[in-house]
Amino acid sequence: MSIELRQVSKRFGSVSAVEDVSLTVADGELVALLGPSGGGKTTVLRMIAGLEVPTSGDLLVRGERVNDVPVQKRNIGFVFQSYALFKTMSVFDNIAFGLKIRKTPPAEIQTRVDELLKLFGLDGLGRRLPHQLSGGQRQRVAIARALAPRPSVLLLDEPFGAVDAKIRQELREWLVRLHRELHVTTIFVTHDQEEAMEVSNRIVIFSRGRLEQIGTPREVYEQPKNEFVARFIGVLNVLELTILNGAARLHELSFPAHGLPEGQTLRIGFRPYAVQISRNLQEHPYLAVIRHVYFLGVQLRLELETPSGLILRTRIVKDEFLRQGLEQGSSVSFQIREYRVLSTGANSLSPEVATVHSAATFAEGI
Amino acid sequence: MAGGIPRGPVAATNIKSRRGIEEPALIRRVLIGIVVGFVGVFLLLPLANVFAQAFAKGWSAYVQALQQPDTRSAVLLTLLVSAICVPLNLVFGVVAAWAVAKFQFRGKALLITLIDLPFSVSPVVSGLIYVVMFGAQGFLGPWLDSKDIQIIFAVPGIVLATLFVTFPFVARELIPLMEAQGSDAEQAALTLGATGWQTFRHVTLPSVKWGLLYGVILCNARAMGEFGAVSVVSGHISGVTETLPLRIEKLHQEYQSVAAFSAASLLAILALITLGLKTWLERRQATEQALGQSDSPSSHEH
Repeated sequence: MSIELRQVSKRFGSVSAVEDVSLTVADGELVALLGPSGGGKTTVLRMIAGLEVPTSGDLLVRGERVNDVPVQKRNIGFVFQSYALFKTMSVFDNIAFGLKIRKTPPAEIQTRVDELLKLFGLDGLGRRLPHQLSGGQRQRVAIARALAPRPSVLLLDEPFGAVDAKIRQELREWLVRLHRELHVTTIFVTHDQEEAMEVSNRIVIFSRGRLEQIGTPREVYEQPKNEFVARFIGVLNVLELTILNGAARLHELSFPAHGLPEGQTLRIGFRPYAVQISRNLQEHPYLAVIRHVYFLGVQLRLELETPSGLILRTRIVKDEFLRQGLEQGSSVSFQIREYRVLSTGANSLSPEVATVHSAATFAEGI
Repeated sequence: MAGGIPRGPVAATNIKSRRGIEEPALIRRVLIGIVVGFVGVFLLLPLANVFAQAFAKGWSAYVQALQQPDTRSAVLLTLLVSAICVPLNLVFGVVAAWAVAKFQFRGKALLITLIDLPFSVSPVVSGLIYVVMFGAQGFLGPWLDSKDIQIIFAVPGIVLATLFVTFPFVARELIPLMEAQGSDAEQAALTLGATGWQTFRHVTLPSVKWGLLYGVILCNARAMGEFGAVSVVSGHISGVTETLPLRIEKLHQEYQSVAAFSAASLLAILALITLGLKTWLERRQATEQALGQSDSPSSHEH
């Protein structure tokens, strides 16, 4: 067990930034802390680093409580969102800083920094100043600097936030490779669910200072614990239904009700891929018109509108879209292959209720 | 752009838009002329006159004037005062800027305003404050008298008054600079194992060194040139409590024109050196900031 948070809370004055978070990160894991901005994920990262002190709760590293261990003694590598390179020092001196502070012999520093420059594809840039580097290079210097003193944990705050989309993709793949090679326990903060899904082994989802769910990318996508997680990870269609004559209904849509009383409301959610469409108007039970087509590359995102005015989002492979001869304005029939009950009851909007009823799983077919 | 668009209207639009932002040539020339004329008459001419008057009776008279014992001791006193005040305010300025830029605390805005106080108070008032505090009839006067410590009409009073008026220079220069830089780099140094002092020495200080030097130069210029506050507390004892500016005034009132202007030329030279250094530092700082902010890779080799 490398890092453990036990009921950790952090308040800034009267503002509660992190509330009662418990979490364990094992040795060698690559974990993403994911959530909207202001969700408390950066505060959690900074508490692990020792840059913030928890208001209550325990922080353990390898089983030892480190709440009162100062940041200098924690042996963590921290990469700031802004990179925070020392602008008056060369790339070499930046990377060597942690080693010099530890009074490492100069020959050893030289070897270690050269090794890192090579590993990070920064050969020949050792004498440059940070402002003479590209954004991607700066970030690699920041990570190399954090790794130079061989920290037990690498913490990254929004590592890909400051670079443009194309470089971001390269950096993601590079981080995964780096983690595979060095195998240092890595925790990074992101607000981008795609990034979290792609890079990490495990995702920790935060919202408003609370931990919503921990799981593998697949778990949080397929079995979201509550509506917040379901909405945050990927696109979700949400419908609010009412039980009428033994079925859950909204306008022309109806779903089997699991023995719920008449008049009760019920929220369900389903992913765009669960909506199947066909040009053949007899093939599926419901009708809709394609209102908008969003081109995403191999896939297209469609916005469907039913005769009663419900808007549903779906995805379709481009080839299939063309094969069926579909276009904007086409009439189609559709069905919802699988969905998930998010909540039942009157106050169905509250996330607590959603959690209670999360036992209900995807219902196959209709 | 499509090739079919006729040229005429495009050209006309260009001229029009240029007119929109640029003043006609005549107004431009008149305005520049006024500024240049003003600077010439009110700044350059008097400055040239200082040197003209100083050398009115030749080089040897100039040297002789500067070698008057009282003038020499005034120069030494001025050097002494700034040698005490500048380092003290340097330390104070760095501490204040650090506190304001890196910490959040109650009353911060008030503190920043108070640091500025010497800028907004007339120097004469600053001097009088010390007379009221430490003078014979003053607040602490009797107590100081009993301990045989003299502050007013002595060197300590001059140092205190100078400290007061030069108080804001370094802090004012560093606060915005440090605030703009934030504390990420310092925090990064801490995570790498550096102590607070190591962080300050290796990370903070190098990144504000030009701004710091700039503040020190301005502080020094003011410390050497201060008249009002010093005049109130000094007592004008020739050879003892007379700084260079006070000496110049006395010489001038005694109609020793060459001696007065010779001494004044020293301050004028100080002003010119300060101006030169200030310009150089401003340019350094500007390029460094521009480089620090530019995202383009290695387009400037510096």
